[in-house]
Amino acid sequence: MHSEFAIEARGLSKQFGELRAVSSLDLDVPRGEIYGFLGPNGSGKSTTIRMLCGLLTPTEGSATVLDTDVPENSKDLKPKIGYMTQRFSLFGDMTVFENLQFIAEIYSYPFADRSTRIGELLDRYDLVAQRNQLAGTMSGGERQRLALACAVLHHPELLLLDEPTSAVDPQSRRDFWENLFRLAGGGTTILVSTHYMDEAERCHRLAILDHGVKVADGTPQELQNRTGMHVLEVIADDPYAAQGAIHELEAVASVTQLGVRLRVLIPDSHEHPRELVEHALAARNLKATTRLTAATLEDVFVAVTMKPRKT
Amino acid sequence: MKPLYRIMAIVKKEVRQLRRDRLTFGMVVGLPVIQMLLFGYAINTDVRNLRTAISDQAGTHLARQFVAELRQTQVVDIIEFVETAEELEQLLRGGKISIGVVIPPDFDRRVSDQSRSAVQLLVDGTDPTILGVANQLKTMPIGFDSAGHAAASQQLLEVRPFYNPERRTPVNIIPGLMGVILTMTMILFTAVAIVRERERGNLELLINTPLSSTELMVGKVIPYIVIGMLQLALILAVGRLLFDVPVRGSIADLYLAASAFVAANLSLGLLISTAAKTQFQAMQMMVFVLLPSILLSGFMFPFDGMPTLAKYIGEVLPNTHFIRLTRGIMLRDATLPELLPDLFYLIGFTLVAMIVAAMRFSKRLD
Repeated sequence: MHSEFAIEARGLSKQFGELRAVSSLDLDVPRGEIYGFLGPNGSGKSTTIRMLCGLLTPTEGSATVLDTDVPENSKDLKPKIGYMTQRFSLFGDMTVFENLQFIAEIYSYPFADRSTRIGELLDRYDLVAQRNQLAGTMSGGERQRLALACAVLHHPELLLLDEPTSAVDPQSRRDFWENLFRLAGGGTTILVSTHYMDEAERCHRLAILDHGVKVADGTPQELQNRTGMHVLEVIADDPYAAQGAIHELEAVASVTQLGVRLRVLIPDSHEHPRELVEHALAARNLKATTRLTAATLEDVFVAVTMKPRKT
Repeated sequence: MKPLYRIMAIVKKEVRQLRRDRLTFGMVVGLPVIQMLLFGYAINTDVRNLRTAISDQAGTHLARQFVAELRQTQVVDIIEFVETAEELEQLLRGGKISIGVVIPPDFDRRVSDQSRSAVQLLVDGTDPTILGVANQLKTMPIGFDSAGHAAASQQLLEVRPFYNPERRTPVNIIPGLMGVILTMTMILFTAVAIVRERERGNLELLINTPLSSTELMVGKVIPYIVIGMLQLALILAVGRLLFDVPVRGSIADLYLAASAFVAANLSLGLLISTAAKTQFQAMQMMVFVLLPSILLSGFMFPFDGMPTLAKYIGEVLPNTHFIRLTRGIMLRDATLPELLPDLFYLIGFTLVAMIVAAMRFSKRLD
């Protein structure tokens, strides 16, 4: 029974005491793709990933990962997945080489090919110079490269990455994603959680989580095309005053200031969003230019995680 | 073969980490030496109910009356009557009794003869406290019904200390201290072993690998068994050099007993490790085991003299059994076959603690 999906979850839920960390999550992750979990802290990203690799038992629902039922058979799953924890989880008091060697031993990597594989990884993840450095003394970017090297050492079919880039600089993040694309190109399925929009945009497909609920999913393009909102960009002389004026309009779902620009979201049930805003600004003698623009992923995120407006 | 390789991977990792952890490494050597020096002398107190066996070779009315008087002192708890003095010595060596009373066939005649003592007390002198108590018995007033005999009570008993003729405390303390030191270091090392990895985040990585709970547990214990053996050698050497403590029995027996004891403590440490949430909690739980191991194991106070409840608690502690083993082997020249129940207890304890620890340590986070 070989499913076209690396991960299939139905009604996956996790309750921690009073808190419903994940609520009735359905998930289909196609093989060989990079699938993103986008959501703020506490949205249930880590909890979901942990349920998928058998670390947490779901309160309700079921999941099949690489044709294996979890958590029942998660033992069979372990050799086939690579997992990168949110917090650095390798041994700080061992060197880069020792850490890699330990992982190779734990996964029973064929002895004859072990040193070749470790050399390959040191090369690929730019750790040759740090080979004999204690992992605990390395920079965030170096640690992250080591963690990825360890996670992929045994050629896993599925890579679960829990906020892998939260502690590294922008250049390291770019390099890291280059590596992920290379792995995906080689057939590895990757599930990655993030709270960075630019990273979410790089995924083949993503799900947006909010308070444990999946509020949207699809390709980044699909999500941007069906926000259900007009996106209006307003450039005003006094953006702060303009924001106040626009915010008063009942039809407006959200106003966000980005420097001198304002991004205004108005439900697409309104036929003339531009006129509505221009009229409001003119009424207050506020000078501004407006134009309708395409939704970014950030707009999508704001739109789907928005609380209903108080009136 | 895979499980074996994975266990070896853990062993290798532990040794590597240990080598770089100067504090722990220092404790391996420093703790036993400092402890040995600190416990030069021990606190002792009054004792009652010492296990006693009697060889009544006279069988006369007077002898029976003497035994009744002896029983009334409550210092001794007569648990057995045997035929010969040799049997008493056997019981003594096996640690089954602390005092043996020999009533010679010519007891009645000796009682009236002031120049000779009438009764011989064979005393396990490895514990000076017990010896002290036996010496008190020597002066116990025994009121025989015929007034003529009363004056003789001063010389009635002769005390023959076995195994520690010089009556030196360190001779008794060192074998016990061995147990205390090993309890402290072994539990300490393993109690933090799992918790530390949990705190540092390593555990989340480990439980997502094919490594099984049992493999992790066994791999973590092995390096410390070796360390325990090294500590044992260190303690024996210091005991010899500074306190002149002998090893009368076989070294092999001693090491065999110590292996079982070290394994028992390591498993207990692992069990603590699976229950504690932080390293600090693990430390607290360790103290909870360590204190009774010092106070209720027979290390500080003679086991026989303790209240019943304390004895029950003491019986559970591995250290109680280990102290019986070491005192037997080192001081009384006993062999392991004579001390089997204590050895079996330690092995059983290890198995149970190990199984419970592996069961408690689930490869889950919830």
